[in-house]
Amino acid sequence: MSGTLRIHVDPDKCQGHARCKSLAPELFELDALGNAHEIGDGTVPAGLEDKAWLAQANCPEFAIAIKEE
Amino acid sequence: MSSPAPVTDWVRDFDHTDPRWTENPYPIWDELRAECPVAHTDRFLGVYLPTTYEAVKEICYDTEHFSSRRVVVRNVRPEPPPPAPPITSDPPAHKHAKQILLSPFLPDAVRQLEPRVRAICNDLIDGFINDKSCDAAARYTKRIPIRAITHMLGVPEKDGDLFIRWIHEMLELGVHDDNMVMKAIHEMVAYFAEQIESRKKHPTDDLISTLMNARGEDGQPLTDLHVQGALRLLLVAGLDTTWSAIGSSLWHLAQTPADRARLVAEPELLPTAIEEFLRAFSPATSGREVMKETTVSGCPMKPGNTVLLSFPAANRDPAVFPDADKVIIDRKENRHVAFGVGIHRCVGAHLARMEMLVAIEEWLKRIPDFRLDPSGEITWSEGSVRGPRQLPLLLGTG
Repeated sequence: MSGTLRIHVDPDKCQGHARCKSLAPELFELDALGNAHEIGDGTVPAGLEDKAWLAQANCPEFAIAIKEE
Repeated sequence: MSSPAPVTDWVRDFDHTDPRWTENPYPIWDELRAECPVAHTDRFLGVYLPTTYEAVKEICYDTEHFSSRRVVVRNVRPEPPPPAPPITSDPPAHKHAKQILLSPFLPDAVRQLEPRVRAICNDLIDGFINDKSCDAAARYTKRIPIRAITHMLGVPEKDGDLFIRWIHEMLELGVHDDNMVMKAIHEMVAYFAEQIESRKKHPTDDLISTLMNARGEDGQPLTDLHVQGALRLLLVAGLDTTWSAIGSSLWHLAQTPADRARLVAEPELLPTAIEEFLRAFSPATSGREVMKETTVSGCPMKPGNTVLLSFPAANRDPAVFPDADKVIIDRKENRHVAFGVGIHRCVGAHLARMEMLVAIEEWLKRIPDFRLDPSGEITWSEGSVRGPRQLPLLLGTG
């Protein structure tokens, strides 16, 4: 089963490595201090699921959660 | 000053300045990891060495038991060490000290510098491309971050040679010789004091002025001492780490024709390959001081000891990275900790990545074929930063 994915960056864990933003610029953006957060409500548009998983698998702080809805 | 005794028992008596470690540390870490996740030595007044990803991460996140006020493991521990914020800062002072430095090193700011770094790389390549051979460490990898930082600081390019000497005195000679560390620090303090005075009279828009214009948590300008400390940090933490990372990448490519050919054919793979080079050849090992008794991965740790916080060893942990000892340039899942984790994540990480990417990209464009020069000798730096200091290469297919 493949439902819609929703991503969320834990702001307490993120330290601004920005790996997610460079791997999936459609899904993540950086704030003024360089910390990442999900774009919009974090819903992953169809076709970008692999990028979401890739970003999660490369975060050195384990700051990205992905929920399947 | 006599040389330290050679190591015969790595698990109980390791020495990160032993020639065997300098030459090839990877089998040593494998041996230690198999024995115990945290090794200890009585050398350097007592040091713990975590070799697993888990133990390294745990220490990084634990600012209660581990202080960052000493980030280089040495034979001596001056009291108090001259601060270089934010790397030597602990919470709560750390947060603001880091925020001050963040903006000039954000990805967008770094992107503005990219054309300059590209020009520096090509200028350097122009200097040796018509030769059949070159020492890529002396003529290329070292010069890129040095020239980039002099540009950012707004100081003469020739001052980069001073920076190289200070870093060597601080990070290599200084491990066994405190006088060398203090001499380098005093020279750096005097150098930046002069730069700060000159900008008070004639303001500029470079990084030194940016720091001078920054405000502390109390809304007041930073003290000259804070500005000088932050500038010393930029030199000591940002230069030989980056030149080492570029050098190790070229060292790998010089002896791996398949990877070289693939990156020439698929330059879009370069960002992924750079992350793998960062994992496999992480240049920087940091330090911590144990402040309160605690236990990490089952190993008791006592105050008075320091920790050699080996990001390179964590990145070779086979429990986290399949085929950890292999360089896989299209490795997709790569949660490496080359830039540290937790609050002390390297502030210059985005700059370092850009310099690595541009340096390798421009080199491969103009010198797609090269190999190690069998008549030359490769030497590696000693101490807490690892990278080739002499990298003799033969250029072209000839």
